[in-house]
Amino acid sequence: MIKSIIYVFLAISITFNLLGSVSLHRFPDVYTRLHGATKCTTFGTIFAVLAVIVHAIWQIKETGNPKYLQMALHSLVALIALLLTNPTGAHAIAKAAHLSGYKPARAVIDAYEKKLRGEEA
Amino acid sequence: MIFTEFFYGAIVIALGAFITLIRVMLGPSVPDRVVGVDTLNTLIVAGMILLGAAYDRVIYIDIAIVYALLSYIGTLVIAKYLQGGLE
Amino acid sequence: MSFIVSFVWSFVLWLVLTAGTKGMLWSTEEVIAGIIFAAIVGLSTKNIIGEKAQRFLNPAKWLGFLVYAIGPLFWGMVKANFDVAYRVITGKIKPGIVRVPVDLENEAQYTILSNSITLTPGTLTVDACPEEKALYVHWIYVRDEEPKSSEPVAGSFEKWARRLGK
Repeated sequence: MIKSIIYVFLAISITFNLLGSVSLHRFPDVYTRLHGATKCTTFGTIFAVLAVIVHAIWQIKETGNPKYLQMALHSLVALIALLLTNPTGAHAIAKAAHLSGYKPARAVIDAYEKKLRGEEA
Repeated sequence: MIFTEFFYGAIVIALGAFITLIRVMLGPSVPDRVVGVDTLNTLIVAGMILLGAAYDRVIYIDIAIVYALLSYIGTLVIAKYLQGGLE
Repeated sequence: MSFIVSFVWSFVLWLVLTAGTKGMLWSTEEVIAGIIFAAIVGLSTKNIIGEKAQRFLNPAKWLGFLVYAIGPLFWGMVKANFDVAYRVITGKIKPGIVRVPVDLENEAQYTILSNSITLTPGTLTVDACPEEKALYVHWIYVRDEEPKSSEPVAGSFEKWARRLGK
């Protein structure tokens, strides 16, 4: 029962992590690649951590070893650190790419470009 | 004792990291490579957590925490450099 | 005040990281070392953390964050991932950067809203401009070239951000 929960979480995690790395090759430019990379890998890592936490709680029940309590809490801290830093890093890359002059490919509208040119003129 | 399911999960995530590494090497422009490196960092954190569970060592997960925070600072520094210098 | 806030949070983080040193609880040495290190961190960062720091100690706010993270944010992330999976497989995209006017007051609210937007379906914050009360959002499939509010982009997240960042 608990094994199958762990398998399901691991399968979701692996699927979305692989999808994130494939999306780097499917999309045409920096911004669309950031979409795939940030969302999919964050989601995949959430489920990897959930699988580890379920496994650790199960091991606490089985063996009562406090090492598994540490394992669950530390992976939770790693997850919170990733959740806080990942979207901020993506935003920083997107802004830096735009300011250094990489235009979004196949864009139908670019309001940020208009704003930057309006300030320069 | 090795928990094999986590070990195989970590191997598949390493495969994903390899696919990402191809983008880092090909990437026509600098931001493309930075996106690749950012993705690689997240995948490495996930892989380290899974390996920590597989080998039953909590210290791997501690390293994953430190790696997540330091790679974020690295990404921010590269982004700041790309947008025109450290003011 | 800012010393107390950063002391409390460093000490809580220390307790989380060292749980399980004596049975399932903490040994006395770890707690004493935690108090010493948290005091060092609190003293060295008390000038960096701003004046309005005591809002980080409000338990009702942390309960709100927890409800927000488990409820609407997680559901938004599930939708976002299936959306991205669909676009990766079919390759059907129509990207563009749109200007989204928002009605927020302080920087914490902008941070919450733009991080939420980045993790939810098809949108990625490129820049936030508090002085003109607007966000610039990269949209992977543009449905509305000049949105009048943040509703088509972010759904109900603006309401949540306004409540949580107060």
